[in-house]
Amino acid sequence: MSQHITGAESLVKSLEHADVEVVFGIPGGAILPVYDPLMDSPTVRHILVRHEQGAGHAAEGYAAASNRVGVCMATSGPGATNLVTPIADAHMDSVPMVAITGQVPSAFIGSDAFQEADIRGITMPITKHNYLVTRAEDIPRAIKEAFHLASTGRPGPVLVDITKDALQASAEFVWPSHIDLPGYKPTTKPHGRQIKEAARMIVDAHRPVFYVGGGVIRSQAHRELRQLAELTGIPVVTTLMARGAFPDSHKQHMGMPGMHGTVGAVGALQKSDLLIVLGARFDDRVTGKLESFSPKSKVIHIDIDPAEIGKNRYADIPIVSDVREAISQLIPAVTAEFDAGNRADLTAWWITLNHWRETYPLGYDQPQDGTLSPQYVIERLGKIAGPEAIYTAGVGQHQMWAAQFIGYENPNTWLNSGGLGTMGYSIPAAMGAKVGAPDKTVWAIDGDGCFQMTNQELATCTINDIPIKVALINNASLGMVRQWQNLFYNERYSNTDLQSHSIPDFVKLADAYGCHGIRVTKAEEVDKAIEKSMETNDAPVVIDFQVHRDAMVWPMVAAGTGNDEIQFARDLAPQWERGDD
Amino acid sequence: MARHTLSILVQDQPGVLARISALFSRRGYNIESLAVGTTETEGVSRMTVVVNVDLHALEQVTKQLNKLINVLKIVELDDDTAIARELMLIKVKADDHTRSKVLELVELFRAKVVDVSGDAVTIEATGSRDKLEAFLNVLAPHGIKEIVQSGVVALARGGRSIAERSNKNPDRSQ
Repeated sequence: MSQHITGAESLVKSLEHADVEVVFGIPGGAILPVYDPLMDSPTVRHILVRHEQGAGHAAEGYAAASNRVGVCMATSGPGATNLVTPIADAHMDSVPMVAITGQVPSAFIGSDAFQEADIRGITMPITKHNYLVTRAEDIPRAIKEAFHLASTGRPGPVLVDITKDALQASAEFVWPSHIDLPGYKPTTKPHGRQIKEAARMIVDAHRPVFYVGGGVIRSQAHRELRQLAELTGIPVVTTLMARGAFPDSHKQHMGMPGMHGTVGAVGALQKSDLLIVLGARFDDRVTGKLESFSPKSKVIHIDIDPAEIGKNRYADIPIVSDVREAISQLIPAVTAEFDAGNRADLTAWWITLNHWRETYPLGYDQPQDGTLSPQYVIERLGKIAGPEAIYTAGVGQHQMWAAQFIGYENPNTWLNSGGLGTMGYSIPAAMGAKVGAPDKTVWAIDGDGCFQMTNQELATCTINDIPIKVALINNASLGMVRQWQNLFYNERYSNTDLQSHSIPDFVKLADAYGCHGIRVTKAEEVDKAIEKSMETNDAPVVIDFQVHRDAMVWPMVAAGTGNDEIQFARDLAPQWERGDD
Repeated sequence: MARHTLSILVQDQPGVLARISALFSRRGYNIESLAVGTTETEGVSRMTVVVNVDLHALEQVTKQLNKLINVLKIVELDDDTAIARELMLIKVKADDHTRSKVLELVELFRAKVVDVSGDAVTIEATGSRDKLEAFLNVLAPHGIKEIVQSGVVALARGGRSIAERSNKNPDRSQ
């Protein structure tokens, strides 16, 4: 039976067919036709946010916590341009997301009409693909393709811009039975010969390391990774995007590599003779100066995106594949090598690794003046909230401490803005995560700088019964910038003092938004405040932890230097000799 | 750095030229020449792009282009096994005294006069980049008033069409 409905109704029906359970958005002129049938959808819940950036990050948080496609919606012009930051963020961190925007009527396109912005043109470089739909009958196919593109291959954001006249026109609704994208055929299965060669190289290596990236989380390959790691006994490092892909408590885990990684993880990569790279992309924050990164290692690079392979570092064995599929095939291939008696001895490597781990553990100093240590707060939060909670972070010092001092045991429990480094990610992402995983406790760890960029979404949380918890690491500064000013700009603190120990009053602000506000200034109050928050679920909680502002993130590889020059504390570099050959 | 000619088959959809040209500039590669036209298959356009890059960059740009959803196929055409041509229209000063000399050059280069006026002739020339450069050099003393040039179009020699050739896949794992 053919059925003529409006483009707007057709869009809502398409979202239902795509199994969308929630859309984060804000209505406006051009998208308005959609909001009428949306009101009647039995399955699609719309959450009205307070800023479109919040809608985008909420969709990201929802996707990252649930492994589903996140959906956000906005009107034309400023509504759409406010989505640009989260779209760019999702693009950098491979988050499956579909953004739907209204556009001015097709007859007005190009005329500088009210609230017109060429959002398709604007988002071309920051989307996996995007659409401008001008006919009602094209809406279902565009939506079906958008969800397929966003969630398969290397995931990413897809934008569908729909003109108002297309939303108002009527057309027959036909949900396409198949996808026809001749230019899109991601390679998901590895080449058998490459797997065999990789297995041979793995069993021969004396200083191998699994360099694990966010791709392992996106492809849900954590179980296979653990199996392969335990089979081989090879050390594992997890990048900022991969925290939780391998349990922090596991004895083979050397921690996070990179600019603020552990000495053990950085050293493991630097002194390795074989990097087995799983869904990672040799980001500059991991490699430091590329020329001096891991100079003696060969590389097996497994990634679903062929363009990542060989981009920054030559791959001796390139494998284009879904990483879970590739690991699944490596397990029997490596087992066969072991059975044939091929297995290098890793004892000396582990002596070196354990020496680094014991000599240079992560640590921090308590402030001398009795003020609160930010690292202590985060460490206690991790202990009390535990590895079953989901943690989101903004960007800066608090993000690095949250990556360092919380023990992650499970994938999809650490959500942050890694590639783009978007301040303001934490609160809306936590909101989205809580919607995607309602049974989990969700903690937004945020800085006072980040928090003031997107905290209006606390209103959304309170009104929609999304009880997130916020641990505000309030050092009254743009802390990471201040740290660089301390280290590299002669302690000249230009424009980094936010004065947020007094303005605004975050407890009052929490109260104004209908949240529970708690202020903590002393170490002995920390546990009680966290425990109380854990028991409070009738509204969001904001704990204003007023912390010491001179605390710094260590270890650190200064920008532009090589990883060998890592310092584990100010002017203190590790001794590598024992590990060198 | 060397010149490379890429033949790119794309779905003929709005915005596809913008996607491709923007990708080159965004990734920091300069396009030397770009030509777009229809093909024997409806809905498919063919772009011929000439870039001056090293091999690593060529691999990167090819892989990044392949990621565009509207890109169907990319083949690198090398000078030895492909025919590359561009078209040029040249307006050269030529009066009663010099016209015969100019026409002689036109003959030599197997070009064609397409318009004549009292003080100038307009010449249509096709050929490889080298030939056209040489032609311009010999015309220069007469006074070139204006030139306009198409992008390079190129086709592989032999009986096989681009559709019958495999994707130039720089990824060695495939």
